[in-house]
Amino acid sequence: MTAVSDRDQLSYIASQAADARVNVELQAGDMTLNLGPQHPATHGTLRIAVRLDGEQVVQAEPVAGYMHRGYEKLTEVRTFPQVTTLVNRIDWLGSFANEVPFILAAEQLMDVEAPERAKWIRTILFELSRIAHLSLFLGDMGVQLGALTPVFFAFRDRERVLNQIEAATGGRFHPNFDRIGGLKDDLPAGWIAETKATMEKMRTFCDEIEDLLMGNEIFAARCRGVGVIPPDVALAYGLSGANIRGSGIDWDLRRDGDTSQLAYDQIDWQVWTHPDGDSFARFWVRLQETREATKIVDQLCDGLPGGPIMAKVPRIIKVPEGEAYVVTENPLGQMGYYVVSKGDLGPFRVKIRSASFNNISIVPWVMKGVYVPDVITILGSLYFILGDIDR
Amino acid sequence: MTDTDTSTEVEEAEEVEVDEAREALLAELTEALGDALVEHHLIPGRDLWIRVDAGRWVDVVHALRHDLDFGYFDFLSGLDWKIAEWGRYEDTPFGGLDAEDDDSGGGGIVLPEGSGYAGGDSRFQLLLRVFSVDRGLGVTVKADLDEEHPEVPTVSSIYPGADWHERETWEMFGFNFVGHPHQVHLYLPTDFEGFPLRKDYPLLARQVKPWPGVVDVEPIPEHLEEQLEQAALEAAEGDES
Repeated sequence: MTAVSDRDQLSYIASQAADARVNVELQAGDMTLNLGPQHPATHGTLRIAVRLDGEQVVQAEPVAGYMHRGYEKLTEVRTFPQVTTLVNRIDWLGSFANEVPFILAAEQLMDVEAPERAKWIRTILFELSRIAHLSLFLGDMGVQLGALTPVFFAFRDRERVLNQIEAATGGRFHPNFDRIGGLKDDLPAGWIAETKATMEKMRTFCDEIEDLLMGNEIFAARCRGVGVIPPDVALAYGLSGANIRGSGIDWDLRRDGDTSQLAYDQIDWQVWTHPDGDSFARFWVRLQETREATKIVDQLCDGLPGGPIMAKVPRIIKVPEGEAYVVTENPLGQMGYYVVSKGDLGPFRVKIRSASFNNISIVPWVMKGVYVPDVITILGSLYFILGDIDR
Repeated sequence: MTDTDTSTEVEEAEEVEVDEAREALLAELTEALGDALVEHHLIPGRDLWIRVDAGRWVDVVHALRHDLDFGYFDFLSGLDWKIAEWGRYEDTPFGGLDAEDDDSGGGGIVLPEGSGYAGGDSRFQLLLRVFSVDRGLGVTVKADLDEEHPEVPTVSSIYPGADWHERETWEMFGFNFVGHPHQVHLYLPTDFEGFPLRKDYPLLARQVKPWPGVVDVEPIPEHLEEQLEQAALEAAEGDES
């Protein structure tokens, strides 16, 4: 047996303690609690180091990076059509919606415009991604509060939407269906009718969730007045999506952004906002948005124009020199790509502006002073996907 | 962009298209920022780029948020205009990992001529995007940074959302944000060395393992390329009719 001096042992313990210490330093009387990396509220592996004083949070520090895949670097060694395969995996629950802004940016640089039918089908698939995405949130929010039934409903009904996405694109999760200048394929026969039937079912699902959660006393008590984000703070942190509309800001890029590339301006729909800015408001806005999206899909299916689904593009795609920033209203919020091209086969630089990155950067601000159980509901209501933070 | 004076070029080329809202915004920006605004680039109906003096970065960002009503922070990042040829494609020559220390410019690194919209004189540029909800318009702001010591004061006290973006830019590009409250690694391990999004940082995966597509894709003979393109275009026309 090797003799270990006290000194060695002490220095070993000290080094272990240093390793174990997180970004938040320990202070007497405080306790540091690690939420995650594995927690159902995090949709992936995010760790939140919370420093507690009794039951109250003194400081919360999200620790990201467990899933960093370096997509911004990888895009630089891919050709333009290959990049969609990567960006599919950023926000994996709404994959198709990730492809759209990138393709639009490339089209803008190439001065190509997709045919009308392609724009409409893009919009339909975009909204289907939103419904699949947000329906999971609606169920998941119940789980954060200990109600298990909604999530089973959500998984059951989300599958119907995924089936429709799969029927059209061939991929349940990662369609990789969008092309520069249009789409890979047209819709299969009978798809429109099936989709409309699915939308009917999704509206029923929204009603069920509303019945299960909205009127529930526990739900209201745990969500109302919790995690309030005032509008100007939300803007300065760059929050987007339902997080910002839940703070009363009436701003939706589907209506207020560049409307020429998708079909939102040709149908009748509305943007939902809620003035409270708390967890409940964010949930409520997402519920209304899901319902609104089913109506959008219905209208798009009815008015779908005929014609080609692909514009004339060269077989080998070279994107002319230039810079473009295209941002769309994705299920999680605004997602944008700043694409710099040098006239090459692949992009020179792509800055991916993902919604969750900004949405989660507010965590240290919003968590100050809240109680431990509320940390979970606030995280749940901010709604993020780890792939969307880490990219 | 090889032509640094792109602003006038575009105005001449697309005289028919006038973007009144963005022109007005540009006039306002010019007035508010004064000589801090170095150059601009406007594509009508699309977007507005401005380049500002990095020495007055904080003043500019403060003016954007408080005087010019750009309340929404979109993103902050960096650009590296140096072109490192190696690692770009599967068959580009690789000069070895020490190539950047080679004074002869080994490893096939070439410096670009001029850079991007709104121009630029240096290798590194800061990239900021802010948006005004009331106007419904955004602006992309660039600032040149020194190649040896890319350094700029933090703006996280003006836009709190910039905090994480500056951390990311710091670890990816090595830009130092002076006065940042918590400039530590965001994604990468604490002891990570190098700045991955700099162009001279090789993507090792490409060096160690050849691009998987390369084995089964044969280059198309040059004399066939034009024919195929023509055929594809004709086929697309056929679909339409």
